[in-house]
Amino acid sequence: MGGATVTAAPTAATVPPVTGEPTPSGRDRRPRLADRLSGGASSRWFPYVLVFPLALILFGYVVQPMFATFAESVGVDGVANYTEFLSGEGVARSSLLTSLLISAASVLLCGIVGVAMAFLLKRFQFPGRRLIEAIILVPAALPPLIGAISFQLLYSETGILPRGLQQLFGTENPVLPFTGIAGVLVVHTFTMYPFFYLAASAALAGMDPSVEEAAYNLGAGRVRVWRTVLLPMLTPALVSASLLVFMTSLASYTAPLLFGVDRTMTMQIYINRTNGDLPMASAYASVLAVVSILFLLGMRWYEGRRSYRSQSKGVAAHRREITNPFGKWAALAASILATVVLLAPVGTIALVAFSADGSWTTEVIPSAYTWQNFVTIFSDPKAFQPILNSLQMSLLATVGCVVVGVLIAYAVRRLDFRGRALLDVAVMLAWALPGTVVAINLISAFSTGNAFSFGQVLIGTFWIMPLAYFVRFLPLVFRSSSATLAQIDPSLEEAARNLGASWWRAFGTVTLRLMLPGVAAGALLAFVNGVGEFVASVLIYTSQTAPISVEINNRMYSFEIGTAAAYGMLQVVLIFVVMVISGRLQNGRSASREAARWSA
Amino acid sequence: MIDVTLESVSKRFARAGDTAAVDDVDITIAAGEFFTLLGPSGCGKTTTLRMVAGFYFPTSGRIRFGAEDVTRRPPNKRDTGMVFQNYALFPHMSVAQNVAYGLKIRKVGRADARRRVEEALGQVHLAGYGGRRIDQLSGGQQQRVALARALVIRPRTLLLDEPLSNLDAKLREETRTEIRRIQKESGTTAIYVTHDQAEAMAMSDRIAVMESGRVQQIGAPREIYHRPATAFVARFIGRSNVLSLPVTGGTDDSVTVGLPDGGETVVAAPVGHGLRAGETALVSVRPEHIGLTSTTEPGALPGRVTELEFTGMATNLIVDVAGESVQVAAIDVPAGLAVGDQVGLRLTRERMWVVRP
Ligand SMILES: Nc1ncnc2c1ncn2[C@@H]1O[C@H](COP(=O)(O)OP(=O)(O)O)[C@@H](O)[C@H]1O
Ligand SMILES: [Mg+2]
Repeated sequence: MGGATVTAAPTAATVPPVTGEPTPSGRDRRPRLADRLSGGASSRWFPYVLVFPLALILFGYVVQPMFATFAESVGVDGVANYTEFLSGEGVARSSLLTSLLISAASVLLCGIVGVAMAFLLKRFQFPGRRLIEAIILVPAALPPLIGAISFQLLYSETGILPRGLQQLFGTENPVLPFTGIAGVLVVHTFTMYPFFYLAASAALAGMDPSVEEAAYNLGAGRVRVWRTVLLPMLTPALVSASLLVFMTSLASYTAPLLFGVDRTMTMQIYINRTNGDLPMASAYASVLAVVSILFLLGMRWYEGRRSYRSQSKGVAAHRREITNPFGKWAALAASILATVVLLAPVGTIALVAFSADGSWTTEVIPSAYTWQNFVTIFSDPKAFQPILNSLQMSLLATVGCVVVGVLIAYAVRRLDFRGRALLDVAVMLAWALPGTVVAINLISAFSTGNAFSFGQVLIGTFWIMPLAYFVRFLPLVFRSSSATLAQIDPSLEEAARNLGASWWRAFGTVTLRLMLPGVAAGALLAFVNGVGEFVASVLIYTSQTAPISVEINNRMYSFEIGTAAAYGMLQVVLIFVVMVISGRLQNGRSASREAARWSA
Repeated sequence: MIDVTLESVSKRFARAGDTAAVDDVDITIAAGEFFTLLGPSGCGKTTTLRMVAGFYFPTSGRIRFGAEDVTRRPPNKRDTGMVFQNYALFPHMSVAQNVAYGLKIRKVGRADARRRVEEALGQVHLAGYGGRRIDQLSGGQQQRVALARALVIRPRTLLLDEPLSNLDAKLREETRTEIRRIQKESGTTAIYVTHDQAEAMAMSDRIAVMESGRVQQIGAPREIYHRPATAFVARFIGRSNVLSLPVTGGTDDSVTVGLPDGGETVVAAPVGHGLRAGETALVSVRPEHIGLTSTTEPGALPGRVTELEFTGMATNLIVDVAGESVQVAAIDVPAGLAVGDQVGLRLTRERMWVVRP
């Protein structure tokens, strides 16, 4: 019926509708323009109307900048920049090797910690278990820079723990300090083991306990059950987590920065960029991008082919009670220790935020405390500017992420068009590229005007910052939207269409409305990630657009550690507020968890 | 209400290779008729219905509502009311809001809309449920809300895709009577999709039996039952034996066939069947139209019982007649009849019917 012209009278139904007079035969295979425009998901070319601008955005801000970086890297010296990766003694080669080595070690450490945690928490009952489960993700939730700083304040040569032990034992030097690569590995382990923990606990939860019982019943011993049943069933989860940790470690920039490990890919990008050697920085960025893309494709391939997902029906896995008295005390001591370790990073930042700048020199913990740091960052206009910048840029980016991310999720999940997989890969590309690479890509692409910047030079302007955040955090909104969308039956939208709603109206009143909790969760996540962003910002900020994290870094350099931590506390508080809100968003929870799997 | 015509409608899905999900279907549904698409799972019923609703466009062919060609019109411009298999109720709206959705789009005034929603809910015996949330309703109630939502807009055709398949057996029978009553009262043309032949028989004015995307037969329930056009229809509607018998002669509307025991019989056949002596005819005879007698009775086909199953009302037997398995449903079975016994089968000649392959 001709939409608005329908009247309530039942006879109206038999009146030929305005838009539908029988078209002359021969021409009637081609729908009228009005019908085409509202043609909806069923018309053959409608998807392309929606997808074209989305594809253009992804091409313009994700793919094309990557090519620009590659062009930059070979523009002046040809392939010379790349041969450095192959030649024996160069910085390039050793950086690549160090990066790969750190990543491999991180996978190993995170795997051990994450899987052990998952088994302890999912399979055993002991005092403090619930508390630990509740706070297990806290260290990883910290923004990258403030997280790394907290570990530096805790475990480095000047850190609280080594100095505390030094005082305790009265030794000459700090005890057990973590420096260099070891320090980087500590940060990686604490912030990335959740990939393993989450994957392994999901796999354990989905595992039918009777399978394991069947093995015992058939006479297998504990070791044999582990080797032949549990590990094989965990393998898919462990492989996915390994790939994720490897990629994330490779992209890690703040940990090497704070622990002074210059010979890593990300540090070399930063160093070359600040030394003005953009072609070399671009070469590093291109190599890192290629490796990341290979991992992304490997991950998609692996998840696509993994076939069995054991589903549990009925009996939930029961937790074993620890009964022997010694075990009980050991478990209690271990959970207290774990609680302290998990909360120490946030605790440290909170403590230091109240310390007077310059008051902390050789003591184990700061000696003088004050409110002044918080007063300063809010009342001094210059100190407040970074907060304003971060909120503003992050908000802008989030709006963009929501609009584009929701539509891409819809297109990928619901529409049938050529190149659908390509669109999906392009979004995930934005996720797979390390922040440093994203920054270099944008520098290469937009240091001169191009069509996607409407002919403007973006480098050195305000706009490059929200653009970088948009590229980095679009996948988060996409992921959470897509996860929610998967739970919404497509026939709901069809029912709306059948009742006369145009595509836009059906999308707005039904699909989008039902997606809202998931979209909101993704948007909040993008927003806090934007407020905590450091890795890309540090390469493209100007003095007017410095965000909070860059300001933290600068304050650390000028030994205003208290003020730096006060800024950090703001980020931390914001994160916890957002975590609480997302938890409240009914059914946004699973979506945000899905998205969280992909953040960090 | 309006008549609906499908002219040579075919649908090929891009991903499904060359096979057509719906293959050259011609159907004319009269205004006010209750028309059912019946067939086994995967035969193309849903695809056909969705083309009428506008969710798929045919690869070729035409769909008309009355004189209007709606072949490529988007679903929201078709004014059909669809009841989805899983109901597709909007979970974020109350019962009344669900029912009012289509009215709001049609810009029906508030007072008028409220009245019509009440009326529609009353029609499905859910008066007073308007304020409920969807998840506070039972499956049967949800089903009726879906029906009310589709009916309240007074659609030109009501489309129902296996609307009863999520209900339990008892509710299913009650609801099908209800649907039929409401459809009659509103006089709406209805297209109903099901794979359940009993449901189709009980509800429909006419049925189209489909198999592998093709329409095998269109007709009233009795016609389809008694005069199945093809072997498939004969077997799918109720149960049937389809015997391959040699043709020895015939007229325009009957054929004479030879029986395994050497006798002959005349069987009714569709006009213009075209079978000649020497060819093989497929003859359908239902298990309940075969009687058990002794092997000595003249004209009885001798056979050996290979399976025997007592179901209460009747006894189902499988009898081997010269190598062919014949199903028999007998009310009266000689006491002590057992597997391996020899029996005679008496075919009710006037109930036999020639079908196409
Ligand atoms: N969207 C689709 N894409 C590809 N093939 C489809 C699609 N929908 C249905 N089919 C195929 O078309 C055939 C008919 O399906 P359908 O109409 O759903 O059958 P029914 O409703 O009778 O069970 C099936 O073989 C099915 O696999
Ligand atoms: Mg179906």
